[in-house]
Amino acid sequence: MGVYLKGFLIACKGIPATVGVSMIAIILGAALGLLLALCSQTKSKALQVIAKIYVDVVRGTPMLVQALIMAYGVPWLIQTWGVNFTWPSLVIPATMVCGLNSAAYLSEVIRSGIQAIDKGQMEAARSLGMTHGMAMRLVIIPQAIRIILPAFANEFVTLIKETSVLGYVGVIEILRRGQLWNASSFETFPAYIGVALAYMILTIPLSKIINGYERKMARKEAA
Amino acid sequence: MIEVRNLKKSFGDLHVLKGIDQTVNDGEVLCIVGPSGSGKSTMLRCINRLEEPSSGEIYIDGELITENNIDKVRTKMGMVFQSFNLFPHKSVIENLTIGPVNVKGVKEEEARAKGMKLLERVGLAEKAEEYPRMLSGGQQQRVAIARALAMDPEVMLFDEPTSALDPEMVGEVLDVMKDLARDGMTMVVVTHEMGFAKEVADKVIFMDDGYIVEEGSPQAVLENPQMERTKDFLSKVLI
Repeated sequence: MGVYLKGFLIACKGIPATVGVSMIAIILGAALGLLLALCSQTKSKALQVIAKIYVDVVRGTPMLVQALIMAYGVPWLIQTWGVNFTWPSLVIPATMVCGLNSAAYLSEVIRSGIQAIDKGQMEAARSLGMTHGMAMRLVIIPQAIRIILPAFANEFVTLIKETSVLGYVGVIEILRRGQLWNASSFETFPAYIGVALAYMILTIPLSKIINGYERKMARKEAA
Repeated sequence: MIEVRNLKKSFGDLHVLKGIDQTVNDGEVLCIVGPSGSGKSTMLRCINRLEEPSSGEIYIDGELITENNIDKVRTKMGMVFQSFNLFPHKSVIENLTIGPVNVKGVKEEEARAKGMKLLERVGLAEKAEEYPRMLSGGQQQRVAIARALAMDPEVMLFDEPTSALDPEMVGEVLDVMKDLARDGMTMVVVTHEMGFAKEVADKVIFMDDGYIVEEGSPQAVLENPQMERTKDFLSKVLI
């Protein structure tokens, strides 16, 4: 039993990296996702197309490939321009990729949240003399956030699991900790079970909170 | 004063307004009646540009309403919707202060004090801290009227304000509107409430198929209509 506990504890050492990257990435993703969602809703065809292409490209490629491009491809490219560039830490491109990646998914979540708000809300806000931006900020987005929250938290859970590919670009996160220990101890099964448990103590409580919130919202609506 | 000049509006191939001319003087109550699909609501929504006119001009106090001055113009025109459209994430009093505070830069306390007065006026002061979903339809619509009044508008636009209400709640909303009319508010009201139009309107227009078919005093249009289409419509709605 001790060996399983050890595997779990070693994997847990990767939690700060996994959670840190995920949290910064989800904030980045939310900000950029909101921007993309607003772009896709503007009258400007150019902005709509840019947002669409961004989402298609990101959703159409594996995150591991994106991470490899960002961590190793981008420095290589910049070096060919004669600039001596390396990432100060590979955590930086890894976090950026996670943020850029979740932005694509979150933009869809945010867009559908905004669209779920009755158009009478925008009309009422505009009829009071609010500009479009003011109406979005004061009336539409605060209401959309309540709708979006569960999907947003689900994306966070997904992101936590997806960061497991970041070991390939030099981030010592949960999976990487387990792999390294496995390589030195050959305790293969306990090592990976420990990794799985370390992810579960993050994701399962989060999922429970989301479910609770959704049930609360459903009750509120029924009332 | 509102002047509508040769207003036309099409949605694709559908011509909803085919040339509307109308003047509403200060302190006047204009009621617009007619069958659904006749363009009544579209006309009203063109006045504050919730719908962009396809052609024609609308002036308020002699000033042409354009894309550029519309936000300012809207602060002078209160709008009340069929489906209330209160902000559900804001309390009743916050629904009344959000406009003045954010659009006109009125101080929070000042807007609150004024909001409370308006809620008293519509008989809902005790509901100030509640949320819209706790209120009945009639109460919500009264709050919506108070919200529009909080901006100190010169004109109030009403888009079928009682059509979404249970019958027993129509009276309380009409009473608030009558009270407003008595105070000399300039009002444009799209309505199916012929009794209200007869009692309160200075002028009634009957619209059908994108045109103003008949206009005049409520007695003339509603009790002694000259046009066949008006007669036909009224024979169906009046008891």
